[in-house]
Amino acid sequence: MPLPKRRHSKQRGRKRRTHYKATIPALTECGNCGEAKMLHHICPSCGFYRGEQILEGKEA
Amino acid sequence: MLHHGKKTAKLSRTATHRNAMLSNMAASLFLHSKMTTTTPKAKALRPYVDRLITKAKDGTLHSKRLVASYMPHKVALKKLFEEIAPKMGERTSGYSRVIKAGMRRGDNAEVSVIELLLDKPVETVEKKEGKGKATKEKGDAPAKTSAPKKAKSAKAGASKPKAKAAKTAKAGK
Repeated sequence: MPLPKRRHSKQRGRKRRTHYKATIPALTECGNCGEAKMLHHICPSCGFYRGEQILEGKEA
Repeated sequence: MLHHGKKTAKLSRTATHRNAMLSNMAASLFLHSKMTTTTPKAKALRPYVDRLITKAKDGTLHSKRLVASYMPHKVALKKLFEEIAPKMGERTSGYSRVIKAGMRRGDNAEVSVIELLLDKPVETVEKKEGKGKATKEKGDAPAKTSAPKKAKSAKAGASKPKAKAAKTAKAGK
């Protein structure tokens, strides 16, 4: 069984993981209700997409 | 093997499993005319459904048997031939559409709404100038071929003087 020769310090691991970052989703305002929505997605709050009611919204 | 030119999504299923699933999903879509599912499934279902509708528009016994071999659900089959196919007269393709609808709680999978475009107006996309507009007049057909040539020659003509101007500018410096 191969084993690591040296201790892997906390610093080493943490430094490697500094590049693990969450990306911020691209959001725009809904053209119908003005809430934040994801691009090319149905608006989750009003259910509109490109000026058309596709789904029922939360407050509809 | 590279993934080039492979249009059908496998969806982590064997061929029989996949065909059975698409058949079931097509039946559901015809019965409810709108449904929510994961985006890859919706996108796999879209061409499947569109082909069934195109066949159903024939309305012949043969087309009915063909469609039934892909979707044996009797109620859905009847609805497809008697209600859905006649309504799709104006369209020649694109009978269904997929719109993304966010992430699913539980596994964070992206879900989409797939729906039949039953009473929606048919949108026509006007092509950009130079490529020839898609109009009803037949007289436009020869114009289509000549227009790009003109555009090209115009571009070539425009670029040459620019090049000359650039040269003279450099020479001036």
